[in-house]
Amino acid sequence: MSRSAFRSLSRAMFLGFVRDRTALFFTLLFPVLFLLLFGSLYKTSSAPRVSVLEVGRVSLLDQAESASPAQLGKVLAITHTADLQTALADVRQGDYDAAVQQTGRTLVVHYSIADQTTAGIVQTVFTSIVQQADAAAAGSKGAYQLTTAQVEDKSLKPIQYLAPGLLGWAIASGGAFGAAITLVNWRENKLLRRLRLAPVSVGTVVLARVGVAVAVALAELVVFLAIATTPYFGLRLTSYWWMAVPIVICGTLAFMAIGLLVGAFARTQQAATAVANLIILPMAFLGGAFIPLDYAPAWIKDVSYAMPLRYLVTGMQDVMARGDGPASALPAIGILLGLAALLTALSVRVFRWDAV
Amino acid sequence: MSATISVRNLRKSYGAKVAVDGVSFEVEPGEFVGILGPNGAGKTTTLEMLEGLRKPDGGELTVLGLPPWPRNTALLPRIGVQLQASSFFERLTAREQIRTFASLYHVPANRADDMLGMVGLDEQADVKAEKLSGGQAQRLSIACALVHDPELVFMDEPTGALDPQARRNLWDLLRKINADGRTVVLTTHHMDEAETLCDRVAIMDHGRLLELGPPAALVRGLDTPTRVSIQSGLLDAAAAGQLAASADGLHAGSARDTGGTDLGVSDDGVSLTFATREPAVILAELASRNALAGLRVQGATLEDVFLQLTGREYRA
Repeated sequence: MSRSAFRSLSRAMFLGFVRDRTALFFTLLFPVLFLLLFGSLYKTSSAPRVSVLEVGRVSLLDQAESASPAQLGKVLAITHTADLQTALADVRQGDYDAAVQQTGRTLVVHYSIADQTTAGIVQTVFTSIVQQADAAAAGSKGAYQLTTAQVEDKSLKPIQYLAPGLLGWAIASGGAFGAAITLVNWRENKLLRRLRLAPVSVGTVVLARVGVAVAVALAELVVFLAIATTPYFGLRLTSYWWMAVPIVICGTLAFMAIGLLVGAFARTQQAATAVANLIILPMAFLGGAFIPLDYAPAWIKDVSYAMPLRYLVTGMQDVMARGDGPASALPAIGILLGLAALLTALSVRVFRWDAV
Repeated sequence: MSATISVRNLRKSYGAKVAVDGVSFEVEPGEFVGILGPNGAGKTTTLEMLEGLRKPDGGELTVLGLPPWPRNTALLPRIGVQLQASSFFERLTAREQIRTFASLYHVPANRADDMLGMVGLDEQADVKAEKLSGGQAQRLSIACALVHDPELVFMDEPTGALDPQARRNLWDLLRKINADGRTVVLTTHHMDEAETLCDRVAIMDHGRLLELGPPAALVRGLDTPTRVSIQSGLLDAAAAGQLAASADGLHAGSARDTGGTDLGVSDDGVSLTFATREPAVILAELASRNALAGLRVQGATLEDVFLQLTGREYRA
């Protein structure tokens, strides 16, 4: 392989990319716009705080509040009132989610089943308060802390699964569309043929294109993380987030291989775009990029195992947001690399230099 | 020194369609050869096999003494191929394009810049390829084909969609390339182009080589009448008929309004035209009668040769 040829080809392709404002916008900023859209969408619908009217004095509630005000504050917003009748009217009208009173050792929770989710949360929260009070009375301390710790780890805040999901989708589309369109365009304008007539190896050309694509994908990663970790979005990266770098590289290879295969069959740029869309868009929904797999219906979870995007997304989620160790990314990396190898081998077989 | 290109009984089919059907010819070093033919005649396929882009189905083929198929990296630096004027990297300037191609051949950047100057694109060096005019883009693609100083240059319809000025301008460039000692092979639709540029032309149709020779020799071999025209009305019809008959030894009666390429005389109301094999006799007679106003003398052209060989029928 010639180094000067590799360098100049890489440079040519890189300049071609950064001078394309549209491509630059779609690659670097479009995913962020999606983050903005999805982020605000999920923000309003998830983890609602329950507003509770404390009628008179409810010692159990006060006790729980003073024990860990921050924890309770996350789930309950407590307002004090004296009048039960107005409190019940408020709950009925939906101004508050529940009204609580305590008579002796009995805790009475009034709630409306108009909103079943909130009703469920109200029941769960108060059941656990009562249980903790019982446990405290029995002298076994610390159960409360243990329960919340688990709650914190298992359920990711929306941004924690949205960010890796959207990033994965962006990397996947960038790789697939980039490879497919480059191949089709170069075949159409005969640049492919021109390169074939130069004493440069196919490997050099491919490697230069892959190198540029990987560089672009890593730039996407940096821009995306820089924006997602701002306080507005509030993505919190866990310790091994940098393992996302090899995952992104392998994901780029895998999706470029998909694009290569699309480009080998498609005759025009329009056809290539359409086919790549047909592959990537459903995969974004079925592979956990747009819909977090934790909350997806069972059939989507099953189907997701067949989606290459799943491994890119969950691989990144594990190391970026769930705090898993570097080794947890290895299966995903292996699957993506295997796919890349398989599809590249297939593309080489069906590759055409010319349209005819 | 052996021939630069040697082709013997070259064949190529696409499925049932025979594109090249047993073509043989040789091109000597330093020659400028044109391949002419209607659409689908097999010229592009022939060129592509010479360039090593397609595998011949049969026959023998060497270029600079080497077989071009399979892709021969020993041969590639010695040949230059000019493709369409759009075969460029996206959004790169003229200078960046040619430097990129130069690096593929290990040619230094300053040589690439010189080549840009040679095709007259110094001022457009920083213009993106997409923004160049048709002629400029064509020059750039030729510069990119020549950047590694190849011994043999192939061009596929280099002046395809250019205006007359740009074409003539490009002809000068092509002559210069050939004058530098390079062998040039081009395909074209334009007879005037082949006639003015080529040492020899090959006329192809239906995958076969119909004629190969210097344009002038082909035209002379055609044996068509010369057409001598003067203004209508200088000579009355009877006198014209008599003159035509006596010059070419025809019966006066058969010399009228024959039209076409046959001998005789015709008058379309604007011009009186003699189709004759004895233009000297006709011209002397017309001069003695002082009837030379609006004189035009037209010999056969390469186009006549071409049409005679390939027919006048329109092919889509």
